[in-house]
Amino acid sequence: MNAFKKNWIKIGKLSDIPKRGSRCVKNGDLTIALFRSADDKVFALEDKCPHKNGPLSQGIVHDGCVTCPLHNWVISLETGEVQGPDEGSTLSFPIKQDGDDILLGLQTSSDGIK
Amino acid sequence: MTQKLVIIGNGMAPGRMLEHLFEEDATAYDVTIFNAEPRVNYNRLMLSPVLSGEKTYEDIITHDDAWYEANNVTLLKGAKITEIDRNLKTVTSEAGVVASYDKLVIATGSNPFIIPLPGHDLDGVLVYRDLDDVGAMLTAAKSKGRAVVIGGGLLGLEAAAGLKARGMDVTVLHLMPTLMERQLDPAAGYLLEKAIKDKGIEVLTEVNSKEILGKDGRVSGITLDDGTVIDASIVIMAVGIRPSFSLAKDADIDCNRGILVDDKMQTSDPDVYALGECVEHRGDCYGLVAPLYEMAKVLANNLTGGNAEFTGSVTATKLKVTGVDLYSAGDFAEADDREEIVLRDAAQGIYKRLVLKENRIIGAVQYGETTDGPWFFDLLKKGTDISEMRDSLIFGQAYQGGASLDPMQAVAALPDDAEICGCNGICKSVIVTAITDKKLNTLDEVRSHTKASASCGTCTGLVEQLMSVTLGDTYDPSKVAAVCPCTDLGHDDVRRLIQVKSLKSIPAVMQELEWKTSCGCAKCRPALNYYLVSDWPGEYEDDYQSRYINERVHANIQKDGTYSVVPRMWGGMTSSDELRAIADVVDKFDIPAVKVTGGQRIDMLGVKKEDLLGVWSDLGDAGFVSGQAYAKGLRTVKTCVGSDWCRFGTQDSTGFGIRIEKFMWGSWTPAKLKLAVSGCPRNCSEATCKDIGVICVDSGYDIHFAGAAGLDIKGTELLGHASSEDEALEYIVALTQLYREQGHYLERIYKWAKRVGVDEIRSQILDDDIGRKNLYQRFVYSQKFAQHDPWSERVSGKDKHEFNPLAIFGQEAAE
Repeated sequence: MNAFKKNWIKIGKLSDIPKRGSRCVKNGDLTIALFRSADDKVFALEDKCPHKNGPLSQGIVHDGCVTCPLHNWVISLETGEVQGPDEGSTLSFPIKQDGDDILLGLQTSSDGIK
Repeated sequence: MTQKLVIIGNGMAPGRMLEHLFEEDATAYDVTIFNAEPRVNYNRLMLSPVLSGEKTYEDIITHDDAWYEANNVTLLKGAKITEIDRNLKTVTSEAGVVASYDKLVIATGSNPFIIPLPGHDLDGVLVYRDLDDVGAMLTAAKSKGRAVVIGGGLLGLEAAAGLKARGMDVTVLHLMPTLMERQLDPAAGYLLEKAIKDKGIEVLTEVNSKEILGKDGRVSGITLDDGTVIDASIVIMAVGIRPSFSLAKDADIDCNRGILVDDKMQTSDPDVYALGECVEHRGDCYGLVAPLYEMAKVLANNLTGGNAEFTGSVTATKLKVTGVDLYSAGDFAEADDREEIVLRDAAQGIYKRLVLKENRIIGAVQYGETTDGPWFFDLLKKGTDISEMRDSLIFGQAYQGGASLDPMQAVAALPDDAEICGCNGICKSVIVTAITDKKLNTLDEVRSHTKASASCGTCTGLVEQLMSVTLGDTYDPSKVAAVCPCTDLGHDDVRRLIQVKSLKSIPAVMQELEWKTSCGCAKCRPALNYYLVSDWPGEYEDDYQSRYINERVHANIQKDGTYSVVPRMWGGMTSSDELRAIADVVDKFDIPAVKVTGGQRIDMLGVKKEDLLGVWSDLGDAGFVSGQAYAKGLRTVKTCVGSDWCRFGTQDSTGFGIRIEKFMWGSWTPAKLKLAVSGCPRNCSEATCKDIGVICVDSGYDIHFAGAAGLDIKGTELLGHASSEDEALEYIVALTQLYREQGHYLERIYKWAKRVGVDEIRSQILDDDIGRKNLYQRFVYSQKFAQHDPWSERVSGKDKHEFNPLAIFGQEAAE
């Protein structure tokens, strides 16, 4: 009966992600980009810009945002919302940092992780 | 007949006088200027920013050679006048040049006062007066020792701050108990002393110097009256100026402390006028620029038959030391008939004091917060009765009449005749009229039309606010120049400050240049990374996280997130082995598209990121290196087959193209750099629309640059002709290095050339042999650190994480 339950999955260590950089996690067809900010906070967004699906993990990380490598849209790491004059948002995922470990929060249902 | 006007001296006062003169009547005089300094006219108020490195000499020129030419003025540089003959009406220079005059203007300025201490004639004892003095200080600053500045007045403190910014240890010696005692009361002097000390400058007050010590004819230290000895490699005397009038005195013109002039700036000889710091008018000598400019206006008017009079002037002072806000005006000595209003905010370091006499402001001192300075000064000069607003006067203009605190509204509320630019005496209505009548949109335009904020620059903020008020939203000062919203500085400023402040990391740049964001943005970080890579080869460690994705993974990202891979084919030449290897890679990795590029290379499109390492590894085994088709750097050198095959080829264009590419690959430039070499003027490699192009001819190599065939289409400019391949290579490399050092990030070479001028570039590369060789050497040095194939580095393991997912999971990971 655990149709929707949050599941914390350990996906790696803080040191695996370069400062102001990004790594990806693959969950079936879904690619999730993990970002590490200058002050060592970790954020997770779907690796897809709401504009034209650009891989956000390849962008430049700055001040709590990432700039998409394709057309320079700026996305908030915290909320996935597009900043500035453009509009849209990207799916964001909760992260827990336990010491050096990074835990990604995913909703699980009977037919797998969402 | 046109009269002959001779001017002795080429400082700011005569420069301004000529501007007014030509405005009144451009043809009234045939003008000759004798300048003892070997250069054109520059803004002496800005010497301090030059000393500290915030500006360059070029930035502070007010009249360049072209100006003198355009106005038919004969300017003799480095020509010091030694004699005036009033009977013959001639002047004679040191070199024996004689010029006759109908009217003579003496503007010999002032001399710095040298205290006749023992040792004052040693090498390394300097004054602070002109550009040569700044040059001498900068040379001394390179040795990094200690500088002792005698005199804690305006000039002394500016010199001290400048030398500190250049990396010297600095001690200021001051005779009086508090700094700048002529302009500041003791409380403000104390705050100033604290701020100067916070900059790491040592300040000793109430001290008297006794002797300057020397070793082998050079300064080695200084002794004080109390016996203290301070080591020093230079000593700056900044204890005041004396009008320079010996020339006039020798010619029997009446002099006292300076050359005596009347209200029309006329001396005791009706054909001889004088202005500037060399004169004494109604008992006063002036050293600040505002009254000198008033004199200039009056004199120009009188020389063209007018009747204007100079009646003396009250002056206001601002200190030009970064981070210290200080404003003082008028008289603030205590006396029985005076009252004062004081505001202190110790926590914020603010001190304001107004001195009142009969309900009128006669003196104002502000420290820490000076925005109301011009307003107080305006009330002071007009002698406004302030009894109505006395209770809130000290809080400033914004508190009067219930007006809000918005600085825009404060500016909007200023009366039309309120003075905005104190140096040039420009009031609000003049600026507003110029903006609307002449449709001015930028600060530079306002400066050139009105002179407002063109001298010391401290009223720039006010002028900008006035522009905003007048133009509304159409004026956006930050749009003009800033690199990005993280800073107000433009690219040129950032590049120059990186150099003069020796900033060698992105955090250092952001800290020192007061970035407004914690770690920049996607615009400024790649720019800063390039500037640091370019300026500090071998010292700066490239920051991959500040590079665009293409440069970070050495391939070009495509719309679907896959990459395109282009191996280098030197000069566009290839072989069956290379082609076979490419074919094998395409098959092995199932690469969906292969295309020949415009730069004579082969492009493999649609490579998945995780396949990049494998693709590079196989290409590397076949002898390929990265083609850097993704780089803001050297891309390709296109060639034609030249004298090897072509019946028209005049030189080995293919071989030369390959040589250039092997020499220059790996170098980073502000934007991409594409070259071509054509073997004859038929130009099959299309060299005349490239960033740099070579057209081979029988007699050698014509070198072209600044072409474009993209967003803009533009034929190249001819740089020059080289008779040998070696010479041609040196020109091309030096040109590239100049562009690397001056270009704004993402500015293609044709835009750079348009900005700095093709002639200027040509003269730096062709006319300056030493300069060119130095540019060439700097390029060669930086290549030692740049020529590493990024593909093989990555294949051998560098930053391998970039290409693999951190974790993969799917159905099986679920509960």
